[in-house]
Amino acid sequence: MSRTLKAFPTLLRIGLAEAIAYRAEFFIWMLTMTMPLIMLALMSTLAEEAPIGNFDSPRFVSYYLATLIVRQLASSWMVWEMMREIREGTLSMRLLRPIHPLSGYAAESLASIPMRALFSTPIALIALYATSGRDVTRDPALIFAFVLSVAGAWLLNFCISSIIGTLALYLDSSIAIWELWLGGFMIFSGYLLPLSLFPPWFQTLAHVLPFSYLQALPVEIITGLHGRSGAFWELGHQWLYALSALGAMLLFWQRAIKRFSAFGG
Amino acid sequence: MNLISVEHLTKEYRVHERPPGLMASLHSVFHRKYKIARAVDDLSFSIRSGERVGFLGPNGAGKTTTLKVLSGLLHPTAGTVRVSGFDPRRREHDFLQRITLVMGQKQQLLWDLPPADTFTMNRAIYDIPKQEFDETLSELSSLLELGKLVERPTRQLSLGERMKCELVAALLHRPKVLFLDEPTIGLDVSMQAELRTFLKKYNERFEATILLTSHYMDDVTALCPRVIVIDRGHLTYDGDLTQLVHKVRPHKRIVLRMHDGKQETHDVAPSDLKATITRLLSGDPISDLTVEDPPLEEVMRDLFAERGDRVTNS
Repeated sequence: MSRTLKAFPTLLRIGLAEAIAYRAEFFIWMLTMTMPLIMLALMSTLAEEAPIGNFDSPRFVSYYLATLIVRQLASSWMVWEMMREIREGTLSMRLLRPIHPLSGYAAESLASIPMRALFSTPIALIALYATSGRDVTRDPALIFAFVLSVAGAWLLNFCISSIIGTLALYLDSSIAIWELWLGGFMIFSGYLLPLSLFPPWFQTLAHVLPFSYLQALPVEIITGLHGRSGAFWELGHQWLYALSALGAMLLFWQRAIKRFSAFGG
Repeated sequence: MNLISVEHLTKEYRVHERPPGLMASLHSVFHRKYKIARAVDDLSFSIRSGERVGFLGPNGAGKTTTLKVLSGLLHPTAGTVRVSGFDPRRREHDFLQRITLVMGQKQQLLWDLPPADTFTMNRAIYDIPKQEFDETLSELSSLLELGKLVERPTRQLSLGERMKCELVAALLHRPKVLFLDEPTIGLDVSMQAELRTFLKKYNERFEATILLTSHYMDDVTALCPRVIVIDRGHLTYDGDLTQLVHKVRPHKRIVLRMHDGKQETHDVAPSDLKATITRLLSGDPISDLTVEDPPLEEVMRDLFAERGDRVTNS
């Protein structure tokens, strides 16, 4: 563990250098995550005449721009890299190193965040300017909770992405499962529509499932949809999910890696 | 003292079997057929510290599978394996610190970054002290004449240059056990010779143990006094390389070069060698005469011909 912690800054530096080397592809990849902008245009227009639920037009602007920023900062796409390395057998190279392979994947995922922040910062400034900051919380405790919730969302995203990637050791490809997961994410995470606009039974279901902790929670905290106690209560739930997913990921990896048979020679 | 010990190693793969075509594809959705392929079958051998051993066999003999089991990448189906006192499948950090596996067809270098970045990353991962890292890198770079290569993105290097950098990346932590799976594949003759010289020097300098598979018999001849031959996962020979040659091809080869540039070869039994040379020298004038063992390629071809297999050295 101490070796991993010691190596981590170097792994982050190298990961960032890789992200910079792939900058063109990286920015195009980020542009594929602009669905919130489409929803922003649609919903803010609809809300111009009358608010929808508790959302008027400026609140939709804050909500969707926050959604875009959180998605940029908290997403993890390691599933693709893992599946490729398992299928091609290049995972061997990670297994030969004296640090846990998942630490390497985590460093690569985290290292891309500064590049994503470069993309998100102008959006955040636009959001502040467009709404005069009306729906952005100024409470330091909630801002702190927001930072923790983004970190929790990243960890949960990373663990789930890794678990699905590891499934490639059992299946020919786990892409279909990832697509299924993304489908659930689109519906239950608040990515397309704020969860409070759905019927109560749906909100209860969304609250039980992990999806809202990947996306909606940080957005709701920063846009002031939660008070202090509500935010920290939900944050506790999120981290419980994230740490359980971390444990599940490590156990599953330990079991699944025995099946690695270095496809492709 | 044995550094590597393999006892009754068996490794099986579960392989999905499906004939080609759409119908077979649809059929396999509901009825998947599997077969068990035994890549290594009751294999036993041991290697002492500091030895250089060639691991030979036809394609599909189980060489790479064995190397992967020895380096902890694959779990054995049966049998026990110990490397440097460790059970490889546990992949303990102290074990990984002592070994390296170089695969000619797989790379660890970061594709879009210069090799120097991979070296830096490996320094962090293997927790190599700065001074030791600088010394080793300088020594390896000088042995392999890397120069400024390490500052160019990996994708812009030639295959040979990349392979040199792969070796440096794999050896920076000064491993005591080297598993080399076709390290010279695809390289030109001079580059192959350079790598062989380098590996020999590394073995002598660090008293490292080397287990090498190669399709190039020159690699084996130059590097490995001992060879282990496997076929269909079974051990078929373990011993001195020269003795293997004499066992399979007991005759000697006389090579004659004539003044007009033509060349003749005569394979004769050792007992007939003197008489044959005398007879040949009394004939047409010649410019050169050498007596050699048959090339290892031919030895291997003979060794596996009886079994109707393709020979490793094509």
